[in-house]
Amino acid sequence: MTVPSGRSPALRRAVAALVWLSALGPIGWLVWLAVSGGLGANPIESLQHRTGHYALRLLAFSLAISPLRALTRWGWLVPHRRTLGLAAFGWAITHLLVYVGLDLALDFSQFLEDVIKRRYITVGMLAIALLTPLAITSTQGWIKKLGGKRWNRLHRLVYPAMIAAVAHYLWAVKKDITLPVLYFVIVAVLMGARVLLRRQARQRAHAVTTSAAEASSTR
Amino acid sequence: MLIRRPDDIPSSEITPESTYVNRRQFVGAAGALALAGLAAPAVLGASRRPATGEAQDDKLTPEEDATSYNNFYEFGTGKDDPKRNAGTLRPRPWSVQVDGLVKAPKRWDLDDLLRGLAKEDKVYRHRCVEAWSMVIPWQGVRLRDVLARLEPTPSAKFVEFTTLLDPQQMPGQRTATLRWPYKEGLRLDEAMNPLAMLATGMYGKTIPNQNGAPLRLVVPWKYGFKGIKSIVRIRLTDTQPSTSWNDAAASEYGFYANVNPTVDHPRWTQAKERRIGEFLRRNTLMFNGYAEQVGSLYAGMDLRKFY
Repeated sequence: MTVPSGRSPALRRAVAALVWLSALGPIGWLVWLAVSGGLGANPIESLQHRTGHYALRLLAFSLAISPLRALTRWGWLVPHRRTLGLAAFGWAITHLLVYVGLDLALDFSQFLEDVIKRRYITVGMLAIALLTPLAITSTQGWIKKLGGKRWNRLHRLVYPAMIAAVAHYLWAVKKDITLPVLYFVIVAVLMGARVLLRRQARQRAHAVTTSAAEASSTR
Repeated sequence: MLIRRPDDIPSSEITPESTYVNRRQFVGAAGALALAGLAAPAVLGASRRPATGEAQDDKLTPEEDATSYNNFYEFGTGKDDPKRNAGTLRPRPWSVQVDGLVKAPKRWDLDDLLRGLAKEDKVYRHRCVEAWSMVIPWQGVRLRDVLARLEPTPSAKFVEFTTLLDPQQMPGQRTATLRWPYKEGLRLDEAMNPLAMLATGMYGKTIPNQNGAPLRLVVPWKYGFKGIKSIVRIRLTDTQPSTSWNDAAASEYGFYANVNPTVDHPRWTQAKERRIGEFLRRNTLMFNGYAEQVGSLYAGMDLRKFY
């Protein structure tokens, strides 16, 4: 397989446009639906479902960046990971606000009862709780403060967060589990890709050090 | 025992369509009278409360909402799927197989089955197990009148209903979301309750495909999924029939499925509901507000167990 060099500015611009469109495009779409009546007979439910979908989708996109970079060696993809991750967090918070603010109309005792008693809401809150420190530490300042190694370790929380988010979706739907299962497959593939790529990188590093050692011993 | 009497609604909750249609004429007439300088407000006030006792704040759900926001998995699992996909259903000609414990099992043409039976116009609250609700004007016949025509034998204790099975007409049946065909059932005494009807129309028109054309069950004190659509078979039995949602998830959907604010669905509360078109949730009423008419059917039963 030949991979485009990725140096083309047109390609970079196109990817950046797609990233921002997937992150913020839904705002315009929701406004349009609200104005045109496209949210249907139960607009609160529609908003709730849509915002949840946006959050999940963006989270999957952000997880796809690292394997994609490893495959293509396009280093410039990396900053997009932050954009996508932050957008996912923003939609997850919007999803929560729609639920508490509109669906429950700020009935906090019902909210507490739901978080404790309904497992799909418990894991949904867990997903948001796991994503929160990642959103906070997404700045350059925090990367410096924590150091790359610790920062990377912390940000591996995105995997349990994604699993919790998909479990939330799976347990929330009534019967048709096609999409939740599809998301589980996507997470499994992305996590699998990550493990594989790490192993490859380690082997490559190993090969380099051994060949270097051999080279030095034969000298 | 948990049969609660509603404490904030008047006794009967049924409004014959003639009443609400008349009311409009009445309001119009009252308006004319008002123009003539007569005491219109008193007349209007009186007309808003028909003798049958419609709850004050039960306004009809817009027809557009009731026909575009549907659960009818035979046409897809999205709420807007049925309206989009139900065009493939051919509601005429239609026949209904009647068998089991009846005097003479036979296949009825739908028009013959309903011929001569008293037509009913009823405005009923419709409460979905998903905690949303509507108020819908139905037209059809009483289920008890149909059953009387079928002449159940003395040993018959239950009625089982079956929806059409035809993936050509019902594309959702190509996916095994539920075990097709959809089945529902009632205890015979529930089926004989005067509230239970077989609807052939809504909003004064022939019932649209996405709402269960040409024949659907309406049992307003039960969650919406009991209201089986596009019925092709009615079978009388002496044992409790198995029902689709109960088969799919017995812990979440019982055979009885009576609307009950005190027994939660495992994944959400049933204490409140969102009336389509309203922002704040309202309290769900015991038996959907029909306790007076149906409560005695469940006297002595533990409704936590028989949910």
